[in-house]
Amino acid sequence: MRGFLGNVLTDGPLYESTFRLAAVLAFAAVGEWVAERAGTINISVEAMLLGGHFGAAIAFTASPNFVLAIAVGGMVGMFVAALQAWLSHYLTADQFGIGLTLNILLLGLAAFLQPRFDLDTRLAGVMSIPLLSDIPMFGPALFGQRWPMYIIYVLVPLTWWLIMRTNWGLEVRAVGEDPQAADVSGIHVNSRRRLAILYAGLLSGIGGAVYLFGQVGRFESGNIGGKGIIAIAAVIFGGWTLRGAVTGCLLFGYVDALRLNLPTILGYSLNSQLLASLPFLATILVMLLFAKHSRQPVALARPFVRGLK
Amino acid sequence: MSVVLRSAIGRLKFGRDQSELALLYVACLIGALLVSMLLIEVNGSSWTRALNALVDGAFQNSGRWGETLRRTAPLLIVAVGSVVATKAGIINIGQEGQLLVGAMGGAFILTLVQSGNPLMLVLGITLGAAAGALWAGLAGTLWYWRRIPIVLSTLLLVYLASQMAAFTLTRGELLLNVVPGEPNRLLQSAAVASGSRLGIIEVFGNQFPLSVPFALAMALGFGWLLSRTTWGFRLKILGLNPRTAQRAGVSDVRYGMSAILVSGATAGMAGAMMLAGGESQYKFSSGFSSSVGWDGLLVALVARNSPLLAVPVAVVFAALRSGSTFLSVAGIEAVLVDVVRALLVVALFIPPAISDLRRKRRALTSLTERT
Repeated sequence: MRGFLGNVLTDGPLYESTFRLAAVLAFAAVGEWVAERAGTINISVEAMLLGGHFGAAIAFTASPNFVLAIAVGGMVGMFVAALQAWLSHYLTADQFGIGLTLNILLLGLAAFLQPRFDLDTRLAGVMSIPLLSDIPMFGPALFGQRWPMYIIYVLVPLTWWLIMRTNWGLEVRAVGEDPQAADVSGIHVNSRRRLAILYAGLLSGIGGAVYLFGQVGRFESGNIGGKGIIAIAAVIFGGWTLRGAVTGCLLFGYVDALRLNLPTILGYSLNSQLLASLPFLATILVMLLFAKHSRQPVALARPFVRGLK
Repeated sequence: MSVVLRSAIGRLKFGRDQSELALLYVACLIGALLVSMLLIEVNGSSWTRALNALVDGAFQNSGRWGETLRRTAPLLIVAVGSVVATKAGIINIGQEGQLLVGAMGGAFILTLVQSGNPLMLVLGITLGAAAGALWAGLAGTLWYWRRIPIVLSTLLLVYLASQMAAFTLTRGELLLNVVPGEPNRLLQSAAVASGSRLGIIEVFGNQFPLSVPFALAMALGFGWLLSRTTWGFRLKILGLNPRTAQRAGVSDVRYGMSAILVSGATAGMAGAMMLAGGESQYKFSSGFSSSVGWDGLLVALVARNSPLLAVPVAVVFAALRSGSTFLSVAGIEAVLVDVVRALLVVALFIPPAISDLRRKRRALTSLTERT
């Protein structure tokens, strides 16, 4: 047992896949964090991730340029987000219904259109950062990755600055806490919310693209399968703080990595259904332990109607 | 009964708003169909062939509208359950998992107890409903106990349900049907015992199981319950304004839990009835739910939470399903139907929202003109 614990805590490849799996979640979770601070919940993060994943695959097939393809992925994610934002926060359709429908739509579209494109993608190159990647245990995991993964290092502080230090960020938070008060002070509530959702779409789209070039290398329509939902869970787990959301991603990424690496660490395989349900089970259990301690944005998931409290 | 119908008809009075709404619906539906046609053409097939295949598969060919009706039943039952939850302001979107768990629970009685006793049918469906209620109740408990959002927990439970169902089909001592002397290539249960199958009704050569009239009765029954009973009224208060509900002495936990349990139970019941009604040759498999739960939820959303309106919407969704089996014969991927369905749903979301927006704008301009 001691050997098992030792392996689970110090296994290098385990940390590496933890980081890789967590990074994909983090793109979506950081974006969704912004959207949730504005008082919206987007089940369609799943669709945005898939849109970015598929869009990047098509773009890369058309012209093999990683930067361009990742940008296209972000754009496609943003397009899905625009649909979600327009339908639920310009028109007043139910945001969960729209999110669910978009998830089904994107999954269907990807599966339907995939055979039409002769998709040809590959993994991006590994870029080890000198010195830093030599740190034992964590080094290769954090600084010896394929280069698209490093985008998350830029996006997390940037997003924090955007939401916590700019005027726009203050307005976004105000809209999520007390839309009525924000409205009277002249902030266009639904416009801020729409922009926040667009931001979530951009980040999730990039995340989907990075997942393609940094980890899987080949497009499958089932690749995303629930990652968006777990990203939303990470935001809730983190008590609507950015730090917490990123921690949540690392935790869920670790569980997912454990699922992939456990057979080699243990030397024998566990029940495969149990392994596959581990991330979801862990998400529920972890939230069971921690969810109640956090304070959610007051107007979360409440559509804004002027004059109605 | 007549009261329900009268109130439904009463709502159909035509004014300016209504005719505008009707126009918007037509425009949006045409838009969705145009996009679908475009998609089919882009993908290198012809949309007329696709449409013909759909109509043939859903209604025209012999025995097909019976098939459509058979598929309507679970969609309608799930939809009615989600209407109940939504009325109480609870966003249960895990019907897919609840339905699968219900079918699994039903399978434990229906496929394992091979007796001719029709009581087993009742027992199996009851167990299915209980299993669905348990699965939804889990999410409800997580909400009222630890404030984990129901939207999220119901979704997570869908993934767990499918793994659990897959697990029961890996063990011979659970649901897997082990055929001696043959490798277990098909991970599925034994067929439902012939004595515990739902009765089949035959009309003009079209066969459909008893679950169809049952589903219709459920839609009418819940329409009545929601609009004419204290329970329904309290759910409505709770959904419209929890604070008012609290002041009026409507217990959040009790009525909220009752709504989520009912929605889970109906989804579970729908699953068990699908199994007893002949879905996938009366055999349970891990992909058994085949998105019926998601679709049922969409039916409820499109029907704008009216159990009566859910009836025609469920028929349309079922027609798309039974028609899609003919698509692949015509050389078009059946997954197209998912796209068309989602586009239709989006198209049906838009008109009421636009009409709402325009009504508010008109009210505002008339107000500013007066002052």
